[in-house]
Amino acid sequence: MPEPSRPDTPFEAQGAAVAEAVSSTPDPGKARSLSSDAWHDLRRNPIFVISALLILFLVVISIWPSLIATRDPLYCQLGRSLDGPAPGHWFGFDTQGCDVYTRTVYGARASIAVGVCATLGVALVGAVVGGLAGFFGGFWDALLSRTTDVFFAIPLVLGAIVFLSMIKLTGIWPVVLVIAALGWPQIARITRGAVITAKQNDYVQAARALGAGNSRLLLRHILPNAVAPVIVMATIMLGTFIALEATLSFLGVGLRPPTVSWGVDISAASDGMQFRNAPHILLYPAAALSLCVLAFIMMGDAVRDALDPKLR
Amino acid sequence: MAESTREPILEVRNLVKHFPLTQGIVFQRQVGAVRAVDDISFELYPGETLGIVGESGCGKSTVAKLLMSLERPTSGEIFYKGEDISRLSGRALKAVRRNIQMVFQDPYTSLNPRMTVGDIIGEPFEIHPEVAPKGDREAKVRELLDVVGLNPEYINRYPHQFSGGQRQRIGIARGLALNPEIIICDEPVSALDVSVQAQVINLMEKLQDEFGLSYLFIAHDLSIVRHISDRVGVMYLGKMVEIGSDSAIYDHPTHPYTQALLSAVPLPDPDAREGRERIILTGDVPSPANPPSGCRFRTRCWKAQDRCSEELPVLAVPQRFADADTAVAHESACHFAEEKPHVAHA
Repeated sequence: MPEPSRPDTPFEAQGAAVAEAVSSTPDPGKARSLSSDAWHDLRRNPIFVISALLILFLVVISIWPSLIATRDPLYCQLGRSLDGPAPGHWFGFDTQGCDVYTRTVYGARASIAVGVCATLGVALVGAVVGGLAGFFGGFWDALLSRTTDVFFAIPLVLGAIVFLSMIKLTGIWPVVLVIAALGWPQIARITRGAVITAKQNDYVQAARALGAGNSRLLLRHILPNAVAPVIVMATIMLGTFIALEATLSFLGVGLRPPTVSWGVDISAASDGMQFRNAPHILLYPAAALSLCVLAFIMMGDAVRDALDPKLR
Repeated sequence: MAESTREPILEVRNLVKHFPLTQGIVFQRQVGAVRAVDDISFELYPGETLGIVGESGCGKSTVAKLLMSLERPTSGEIFYKGEDISRLSGRALKAVRRNIQMVFQDPYTSLNPRMTVGDIIGEPFEIHPEVAPKGDREAKVRELLDVVGLNPEYINRYPHQFSGGQRQRIGIARGLALNPEIIICDEPVSALDVSVQAQVINLMEKLQDEFGLSYLFIAHDLSIVRHISDRVGVMYLGKMVEIGSDSAIYDHPTHPYTQALLSAVPLPDPDAREGRERIILTGDVPSPANPPSGCRFRTRCWKAQDRCSEELPVLAVPQRFADADTAVAHESACHFAEEKPHVAHA
């Protein structure tokens, strides 16, 4: 019979990836959680660094827009309507004669606030509904999944238009609530699928065999292994919700002037004649919107790769 | 073996598990049942290893899940030290789980990839805090790693940093953490390389001696089962067809299915191969949703007669061997149980 394997030479067969992971932990006694491992990977990923810096920048200016834009976004001079770039006004002026640069900077706040709040709402509702349906199965699964189907059948844009045109409130909250109320089925379905996959793993059975209760099984074993696709979906949806806010504002049911948002500005700038004469008034808010959506989608992708231990 | 004089630590009586087959989406109705385990009885004695063999789909793993209360039996009882544990729930079940633990088949899926080795082996102590006070847990985990032959310094590593054999050692350490009396091993080595299989089997034998464990060892590799088991049970289509000491099953099989199984074991010695008769079964295993009447094996048995389809053979010492004091006299569920020369493997 061969000798039991010597514990100090186990890694030869496992290739360079493991060797690197081992050499980067000089002190094996030091704890390295999954999140610190993921952070270690993410710092070296240029896509993550670029998108994270961009998002950080967008978040900072949406909280303190006056850091880089000293003018008032609502101070407009009709006499300078559609004027091109001028000293101190790099992006030119819009139809009303407002400074496009200032309005683009201030527009980040509404767009990102809607995107973040709507995504949090969607992720919360979707994860709870999908998680419970997947974990308990049977009757609860049937009930929750059919409810999900009902909401899934409502087209997001159409449903939002119907609800928002009935509500006469202004500000970002009606938009956030409508998106959260209609957008969750996708997250619920993904969570349910991920939970069902994770539930069948032997380590869940092993924990059950040890006597673990439902909350431990869900929180410690199932959710951590089911969360990756949900994070990716939520980050991508964050981008699409920002675009959706712009769409709704463009259609005149989302945010309305005097609220400053990219969608409101794109809406105001998208008259064909104006675009031909003064393309800058559409270009800058649209570019800011695209960049923001792209940054969230890229970050979602990078985070997914870092959180998946099998890809490491 | 003086089994008759000892109390069994685990006793299974008429255990049945049927998985219902349903039809309809909204109004489900049962149209049949998969008889995964159909009326099985056996005992496990302290300190012994009972091997359960059988081909894929014969219900071996379902038996393991039933014993672990991961599935509820349709009927029948499981007695642990005289107490029926098959209907327990809540606190009482949790207490019993301390004494019956399991080692899983696939070491790649049985360890949570998001937990460190220390968390995985320490989880039993979190679920049963009375076993180890909080301050002692890390020391206990290190001790367990040492017991299964791993470096205790690996406590903060993740499962993906280990090989298959090392992962299975981690799984065994988790099973040992609560100091159980019984460990149910569901094909614990079938996912490992042959050389690593030997290491893990030897480790398990060493641990059995050290801690006085009883193993229920489920496998489809007949030579490994023979190596580790004191007694062996053979399953076919949800039924136990033959059970006895390892020499009784391997050297004196009396059930045709066991004989066919053993004749399929490859022999390394070409000379021994000459004198052996190979039994080649025809046909497939019938569906457990619609098993044959009478003896389950009759559709593939060369001895089958009318009686086999009418009368279900019971698992008992055959009448004609009842007085014999040899290994032939063991329980076999066949109307025509008899030894067949030249099938047993050397």
